[in-house]
Amino acid sequence: MTHFKTFLGASSALALTASLAHADPALMFDLGGKFDKSFNEAAYNGAERWKAESGGTYREIEMQAAAQRVQFARRLAEAGSNPVVVMGFQNAPTLEEVAPDYPDTSFVLIDAVVDLPNVRSVIFAEHEGSYLVGMLAAMANETGTVSFVGGMEIPLITAFACGFAQGAKAVNPDINVIVNYTGDTPAAWNDPVRGGEIARAQISQGSDVVFAAAGGTGLGVLQAAADAGVYSIGVDSNQNYLHPGSVLTSMLKLVDQAVYDAFTDGPGLETGVVLMDLAAGGVGYALDEHNADLISAEMQETVEAARASIIAGDLSVHDFRTDSTCPAF
Amino acid sequence: MSAGGRIPNWADVTLVPLVSVVLAFILSGILIWAIGESPWAAVKLMVEGAFGSSYGWGYTLYYATNFIFTGLAVAVAFQARLFNIGGEGQALLGGLGVALVCLYIPWPHWSLALLAACAGAAAFGALWALIPGYLQARRGSHIVITTIMFNFIAASLLGYVLVNVLRPQGSQDPSSPRFAAEVALPKLHEMLALVGIPFSRVPPVNISLLIAVGMCFAVWFLLWRTRLGYQIRAFGESEPAAEYAGISPARITIYVMLISGALAGLMAVNSVMGEQQRLVLNAVEGAGFIGIAVALMGRNHPFGVFLAAILFGFLYQGGAELALWTSIPRELIVVIQALVILFTGALDNMVRIPIARLFALRGAR
Repeated sequence: MTHFKTFLGASSALALTASLAHADPALMFDLGGKFDKSFNEAAYNGAERWKAESGGTYREIEMQAAAQRVQFARRLAEAGSNPVVVMGFQNAPTLEEVAPDYPDTSFVLIDAVVDLPNVRSVIFAEHEGSYLVGMLAAMANETGTVSFVGGMEIPLITAFACGFAQGAKAVNPDINVIVNYTGDTPAAWNDPVRGGEIARAQISQGSDVVFAAAGGTGLGVLQAAADAGVYSIGVDSNQNYLHPGSVLTSMLKLVDQAVYDAFTDGPGLETGVVLMDLAAGGVGYALDEHNADLISAEMQETVEAARASIIAGDLSVHDFRTDSTCPAF
Repeated sequence: MSAGGRIPNWADVTLVPLVSVVLAFILSGILIWAIGESPWAAVKLMVEGAFGSSYGWGYTLYYATNFIFTGLAVAVAFQARLFNIGGEGQALLGGLGVALVCLYIPWPHWSLALLAACAGAAAFGALWALIPGYLQARRGSHIVITTIMFNFIAASLLGYVLVNVLRPQGSQDPSSPRFAAEVALPKLHEMLALVGIPFSRVPPVNISLLIAVGMCFAVWFLLWRTRLGYQIRAFGESEPAAEYAGISPARITIYVMLISGALAGLMAVNSVMGEQQRLVLNAVEGAGFIGIAVALMGRNHPFGVFLAAILFGFLYQGGAELALWTSIPRELIVVIQALVILFTGALDNMVRIPIARLFALRGAR
C-alpha cells in the first residue's frame, strides 16, 4: 500500500512537472510536409525565427495519413504542448473534434475558421495580394497575355487566380489571362517538371508573366520562365532571389508571421478570427534588391494607390470563395 | 510460387516472410543508428506505440482494415495473373459511392446504411475496374497500364465532384458535408463494451474490421471452394490450358476485375464512413498501393493478406509514434516501410533459396 501511495505521489508529481516543463508550443504540419518550399515551410521558418529569438523549444510533427490529423492533434495536447498550431484548411474538422476536449490548451488554425473559445483562426486575404501582383504583371506585360499556374483546382487556389486576373484586368481590360492547374493528386503540389511544362506551354501561347501558386511545383514554373527570358511571380514566401531579373515579384502570404505571433503570444493567447489581409500586412507583394530594377517608380505608385484604396475600402477585390464565381474569368 | 526448391508449405507462408521482415528491420536499425538515434529505443517505441495499449491496437487495426481490403483486391486479381494496380482509384470511387448513399438517403439506422454503403462502395469500385477489365478482355489493352491511368482519372473526377457538386457553398474545403449522425458506424470500443472488454474510445477502428475479416474468408471460399475460383486459378496458371478446358478468358478477366474492384471499393466504408464521416480529397492516401505490397507479402492468399495487413498497420501506427516522439524524420519511416516491401517482395529469393537449401540438407540427413 505504501508503495502504491509513493508511486501515486511520484506519478502525480511527474505529471505536474511535465505539464510545467512541456508548456512549449507545438506545430503540426499539413500533409505536404515540412519542406514543401511553400506553405508548411513558411510555418517552419516562423517557428525557427521564434526559436532563435526567444531561445525556447517547440515540438513539431509531420503527418503521413489523414487519420493522423486527429490522432496527432490529440497527442500534442495531451503531451502538454501549448499553444498547438495546426496548419491547413483540412484541419478545421480536426480541431472541431479535438479542441473542445482540451479547454486549457490554446489552438491556432491556419487557413480556416473554427468557432470555438480556445481556437484562434488565422485566415489570409490571398485575393487581395494576388490582385496587386496581377496589376504588376499587367504593367510589365508587353504581349497582351499573362498566365497563372495553380497547384490544384480547389477554391483556395482559384481565389489566387481570380484575384490575379482582376488585378491584371484593372490595368488592361483587354488582357488575356491563361489559367492552368497542375493536377488532382497530392503530387500536384510538388511536381516542378510538370510546372515547367505548363509554364512553357503558356509562354508559347504568348504569356510573358507567369504567376505560380502551386507549392513546390512553382519552382519549375519560375525556372522555365527564367530559361525563356520572361517574367515570373513567386508565391507565399519572398522568392525574388531565386532568379533575380526574372522573378518580377512575389505574392507574400505571411504564414511565418502568423506562426511566430502564435508562439510569441504563448498559452492563453487571444482567440477568435484573425484576418491577415492587406491592412494587417498579412499579404502583399515583395520588393527587394533582386527586383528593384524590374519595378519602375510608376508601377510602384500605381500599385501603392490600389493598395491604399483596398485598405480604405474604396476598392473591393472579389473573393472567389464567397460565391464560387469570378468576374474576371 | 515455388521457385528455388522444395519448402514445406508452413515454412513458405511463415518462415520466409518472417526472415525477410527481420532482415528488413536489421537494415532499418543500422540506418537509424547511422543518423544518430538508438535503434533499440526506436523499435521499442514502435512496438509499444502499436501494440502496447488498446489505443495503439485501435489505430493499428484501423490501418490494417484498409490494407486488408486493398490487399485482397490485388490478391484476387493476381490469382488470375492480372496485376490490378488501380486499387487507389477504385477505392476513391468506392468513397464516392459511400458518400452518395450516406448523403442523399435519410437512413433510420446505421445497420441499413452500412449494408447500402457496402453495396454502393462495391458497385462503384467494381464499375471503375470493369472498364480496364473490358479493355483487357476485348481489346487487349494491358491491365497494368489502364488501371494506373484510371487512378489519375479517378482523382480528377473526384476533385471535380467535390469542388463543384458536393462542396457546400462558401466552404473553402473541397469536401462533402458531414454525414448525418445516424450513419456513424459503431466503433470497436462500443462493440467490445457489449462483452465487457474495455477499449480506448479514441481510435477510429470500427465494425468494418469485421467486414474485412469476413471478406478474407469469403475470398478464400471463392478461390478454393467454388467453380469460379477454380476457373480463376486455372486461368492464372495457364491461359491456353484454361481456354482448352472451356474457360472463357474474357469472362474470367471481367469477373475477376469486378470482384477486385469491389473489394478495393469496400475500403472506403472503413475510411470514409468509419473515420472521416465525409468525403475528402485524396481519401485513400496510398492504401491502394500499399495493397500491392500486402498482397505480395501475403503470397496472394487471404490469410497471408490478413497477417501482412496487420504488419503494415503496425508500420503505419508505430511509424506515427516514432515521428511524434523522436527526431527521426518522416522520410526514414517511409524508408523502413520500403525496406520491408523490398525484402518481402523483390528480394524474396534471397531468403527463399538458402532456406530451401537448409531444408534440403535436413531432408538428406
